[in-house]
Amino acid sequence: MQALIQNLVNGLAQGSVYALVALGYTMVYGVLQFINFAHAEIFMLGAFGGIFVAGWLTNGEGSFLSLVLVTFGAMAFCTGVGLAVERIAYRPLRHAPRLNVLITAIGVSLLLQNLGILVFGADPRVFPAVIPTHALFDSQNLVITNIQVLVIGTSAALMLGLHWLVRHTKLGMAMRAVSFDIETASLMGIPIDRIIAFTFAIGSALAGCAAVLYGLTYPKVDPLMGVIIGLKAFVAAVFGGIGSFVGAALGGLLMGLAETLVVYYVSSSFRDALAFGLLIVILLVKPTGLFGSMAKEKV
Amino acid sequence: MADTHSLFFGDQDGLKTPWQILGFALLVLLLMGASALIENNVNPYVQRIIVNCGIGIILGLSLNLVNGCAGQFSLGHAGFMAVGAYVSAYLTTVLMPFGAFFQSDLGVGTAVVAGGLAAGLSGYVVGLPSLRLRGDYLAIVTLGFGEIIRIVFLNISAVGGPRGLPGIPLASNFFWVYLWAIVTFAIIYRLIHSSAGRAILSIREDEISSQSMGVDVSHYKVVAFVISAFFAGVAGGLFAHYQGFIDPNTFNFNRSVEVVIMVVIGGMGSLSGAVIGAVLVTMLPELLRFFAEYRMVIFSGLLVLVMLLRPMGIFGRHEIWEASWFANLKRKPKP
Repeated sequence: MQALIQNLVNGLAQGSVYALVALGYTMVYGVLQFINFAHAEIFMLGAFGGIFVAGWLTNGEGSFLSLVLVTFGAMAFCTGVGLAVERIAYRPLRHAPRLNVLITAIGVSLLLQNLGILVFGADPRVFPAVIPTHALFDSQNLVITNIQVLVIGTSAALMLGLHWLVRHTKLGMAMRAVSFDIETASLMGIPIDRIIAFTFAIGSALAGCAAVLYGLTYPKVDPLMGVIIGLKAFVAAVFGGIGSFVGAALGGLLMGLAETLVVYYVSSSFRDALAFGLLIVILLVKPTGLFGSMAKEKV
Repeated sequence: MADTHSLFFGDQDGLKTPWQILGFALLVLLLMGASALIENNVNPYVQRIIVNCGIGIILGLSLNLVNGCAGQFSLGHAGFMAVGAYVSAYLTTVLMPFGAFFQSDLGVGTAVVAGGLAAGLSGYVVGLPSLRLRGDYLAIVTLGFGEIIRIVFLNISAVGGPRGLPGIPLASNFFWVYLWAIVTFAIIYRLIHSSAGRAILSIREDEISSQSMGVDVSHYKVVAFVISAFFAGVAGGLFAHYQGFIDPNTFNFNRSVEVVIMVVIGGMGSLSGAVIGAVLVTMLPELLRFFAEYRMVIFSGLLVLVMLLRPMGIFGRHEIWEASWFANLKRKPKP
């Protein structure tokens, strides 16, 4: 029983990171209808951004304030990269065929990966323990650390914030309008380019925060770390129904839980195969996911 | 399937007139001559690059059929290549009881074809369910398939698992690789100029319209996918018998991306473009040997740049012999 609760907590912490990254995929898909493959690399750059900010701030152990600074630094860095990618690579292709945008996205993703290898080196680095880990709750078999609580709490707060932004602000209304019908939205006077850039900025910032949270939990950072996490987050977004915010959040959490449970009860060699298997099953059985709506195709 | 004939021979008569047969025989002779010339006079390093170009050409041409002609985006070409490589290498290396036969040229040829057929079969199995999906989803599923294939071979100890499969007879050479490249080119060229090919092209132009004109869209998608997988498997078999050693990581995601870059740079839907793209992508790393660590950066940067500056690739949907300067060359004005 305690093992189950432990797994649920671990899975929830893992899943919140997936959910934050999945939100980025789903937001971009919502407004532009393409899979932003480079999102995984923005996550990776967030982790490196976090390392550098932490390196400037302290020598090792830090305080809560330095954690806040590291997080905001990573988020700002990711936002910058996300905006640059959108401006340089995606905006010129706004009216290009979808295939071209897709290829560009793959190209940008590879470019960022290889630039990462070039700049940071291929060897893994250690994410600094900005906050030392200690157990908040500790019985014989059940340990809940402060990091886990922090991860779950921060993600929950960010998701609630995003929900408020999308549902209750003018900006959010504009975002929903653009994702509903981009041309009509522009006829209504919504500055399309600015809204799309804003969507990228938010998605990238979430990825940056997710990267810091991930780094605190699993302090191994390397230029190819984004690939597998990005893939899982993408599967989570598809599972929840791509384009749907609630779906992405729920999909991410379920993905994390499923992964932890499979690793514990079945075998750890299925950890990565689970994502692909799940993806293929979803796409064959219910391609729209849990909350997605079927896009109508017009001739 | 009523149009099997047109699928392989085109709507015009295929290799039927004596002149065409003579032309093909001449081509084979020419190839043999070139092969002898190259094997004796060119240093082994350059030879290796030339042969790798040939394998790249087969891969590029076959992916072009799916990505360029049918307009479906597949990202798992290395998976089919792996199937072809492993099946053919298994036949010639592990099944030693029949060793004598499979050591001969004919035997290796059979093994390579068998590898191609196995790859085609896996293309059918993957394509049937996944080709219902659109653009980006198909890309992800084929990516997933390529990775799953790789992981499967990693876990089969009969073919060496992660240690790889050594000792494959070194049977393929310049001649066989380029013969297959020519055969691939000819078959795909005739295919897309047949009625079946026009159906495949119409899917790229507009899936819904072509369906409403009576084209069996999913049937032709699967046809294109299977043929493409077959040739990828053949390329894999040739590759295995040229390198003499394969391991699962040879066929990773980067390999698939390389093939995609060949097609995109050459021009999606252009056969000659795919050939030139394949040659460029294979040669570039050798030319960039001085910047070894910048290689992949330049590659991926090139991909993005091509998409931004010339999204249709070098030739677009046209062939090299349709280019104006080339056409002018043919009908040279009298001095």
